[in-house]
Amino acid sequence: MREYLNGNEAVAHAVRLARAEVVAAYPITPQSTIVEEIAAQIARGEMEAEYIRVESEHAALAACFGAAVSGSRVFTATSSQGLAYMFEMLHYVSGARIPMVMAVANRGLAAPWTIWADHQDSVSCRDTGWIQLYVETAQEALDTCLQAYKIAEDPRVLTPVMLCLDGYVLSHTEEILDIPSQEDVDRFLPPYRPQVLVDTRRPVVFGVGAGPDIYPSFKKAQQEAMERAKEVIKRVDEEFYAFFGRRYGGLVEEYRCHDAEVVLVTLGAITGTAREVVDSLRREGAKVGVLRLRALRPFPVEDLRESVKSARVVAVLDRNCSFGYEGVVCTEVKAALFGLKQPPSVIGFVAGLGGQDIRKENIEGIFRSCFNSDV
Amino acid sequence: MKIRDLPEDELVVGSFACAGCGGILAVRLALKILGPETVIVTTPSCLLGVTTFYPQLAFKVPCVNVTFPSTAAAVSGVVAGLKRRGKEHITVLGIAGDGGTVDIGLQALSGAIERGDNFIFLCYDNEAYMNTGVQRSGSTPLGAHTTTTPVGEMLKGEDRPKKDMLRIVAAHDIPYAATASIGYPQDYLRKIQKAKETKGPAYIQVLSPCPPGWGYPSDLTVHLARLAVQTGAWTLAEYEQGKLTVKKIDHPKPLREYLSLQARFAHLI
Ligand SMILES: Cc1ncc(C[n+]2csc(CCOP(=O)(O)OP(=O)(O)O)c2C)c(N)n1
Ligand code: SF4
Ligand SMILES: [Mg+2]
Repeated sequence: MREYLNGNEAVAHAVRLARAEVVAAYPITPQSTIVEEIAAQIARGEMEAEYIRVESEHAALAACFGAAVSGSRVFTATSSQGLAYMFEMLHYVSGARIPMVMAVANRGLAAPWTIWADHQDSVSCRDTGWIQLYVETAQEALDTCLQAYKIAEDPRVLTPVMLCLDGYVLSHTEEILDIPSQEDVDRFLPPYRPQVLVDTRRPVVFGVGAGPDIYPSFKKAQQEAMERAKEVIKRVDEEFYAFFGRRYGGLVEEYRCHDAEVVLVTLGAITGTAREVVDSLRREGAKVGVLRLRALRPFPVEDLRESVKSARVVAVLDRNCSFGYEGVVCTEVKAALFGLKQPPSVIGFVAGLGGQDIRKENIEGIFRSCFNSDV
Repeated sequence: MKIRDLPEDELVVGSFACAGCGGILAVRLALKILGPETVIVTTPSCLLGVTTFYPQLAFKVPCVNVTFPSTAAAVSGVVAGLKRRGKEHITVLGIAGDGGTVDIGLQALSGAIERGDNFIFLCYDNEAYMNTGVQRSGSTPLGAHTTTTPVGEMLKGEDRPKKDMLRIVAAHDIPYAATASIGYPQDYLRKIQKAKETKGPAYIQVLSPCPPGWGYPSDLTVHLARLAVQTGAWTLAEYEQGKLTVKKIDHPKPLREYLSLQARFAHLI
């Protein structure tokens, strides 16, 4: 079925199609319309789920945690301040290996107050043990939401997934979407069947305490699961393609990188603009490409290295800043390329904070400055 | 329920609680009434620290530990999750210390009560943050010495009265709420039974003396839990169908009898 929908509506449809059974959420712009739409779907009888109207984002994640350990597929969504408010629970959920999906409609953080897009909110949560997938279109938001449940619930992964979509640019911008049928989704995504859950016949403890002798082994297991998630993310993207005819490159999506001298690394929606700039510069004969990181965690080191093989310069566009250093993705890219025989030079650009438009001219300027740099 | 009719079966086994811990006794007694078809949801506190450290599980029922502010929020999630699986007969028992209830857990508890979820919330009140070294909480009584309300030239222990949590909970128009004391087990167990039978949220706050935190020999736990009531330092109250009833103490003993046994009040005597 084809419909004209925005990114938030796309996510809401995906959550219904995934048959999430418990949704707990707290409103915040620009996320709110996701959970409003889910509430409406439940009210109209199109979706069968418990909707817990919690009093905070911290509680939203705690309620999702409680429902998940009781055997339900769960969902929540937030943005910015709400995500920051969840910080404690983010670590808790990933540490307890709860496979849930949360949409983050990316928005800058106060102060100063803003409701507009950048990636500071989710990037600040890079080390919370969640898989982070950044999407480029509303269609990808829908598709990735379905993929995310399959990735998170894979027994080799059992790690929550943060589905990041740029506020407004994706959350509130309409596209023509292909909405898969319930039958197809049911075949792609079987019901959630956790191996351990709250069961009075088999009492276990969730969120156990651990002494210094055993704590590291829990953390090592988390790290190993993240490493395994790389393969699972790729495989699930391919499976999705087999079912629905769409795929997104797994961990990274390349555009004209094969012979590019300058590759621009991006996250999220800005990639579309970057592609157009690549096309126009290519017409002038400039060998440029764009590499979109779909996954920030796990970080696609191997794929990144492969994609920038021909590059002399790698430019990184960050819609976030690690104050006192540089854009976070830039640091990550540098670290990933460190140790290569002839590594490209890496130049970071921080742009588009708090919803400031990044225009074609800006991206063109980035490419030109990279060609002009004699590094 | 007569004490001798209580089931022999223990659902709390192998905890590391101090000798004379009022809190663990409160939980042990409550589970005798609630039985094995119960799920505990709890939070950082002495209780978590002494019952669920890997590979320990000192409960014979499932236990969901969650973050300090979130007991009641996680309770709502467990209630919803069990409902989805058609297991609504299972009692969901949120347990938190006084800090986890009247301070950092208050918002979540308010939300869950207001949503009308079907659960019991048990606050074992030892009147301070014991797990982290006896710091004051909103439930610390006036005058009590704690590590953050010390006694010196400028401060004589806790300088604010104890938060009246029962009235806060009652203001939500909760179906059932009560205070109890482990020194009056029959009264306490009757209230747990009532909470179990209540449709919707029920709240019980049980006075649970703590030997190291209050500064008294561990054999005095039950004695102090009784004296607190007999001297009027702790009230046994019930809130039901919009009515608050307080057990009247006809001839209260002098407060000094209660205070003088505890190091936390030594500076007042
Ligand atoms: C967000 C957060 N802040 C602080 C702590 C530290 N902490 C753990 S237990 C505790 C005190 C618990 O006091 P109470 O709820 O009264 O239970 P008790 O230990 O007295 O039985 C504190 C402050 C924490 N775990 N989480
Ligand atoms: S410190 Fe107090 S509350 Fe904690 S286990 Fe010991 S007696 Fe119980
Ligand atoms: Mg306490």
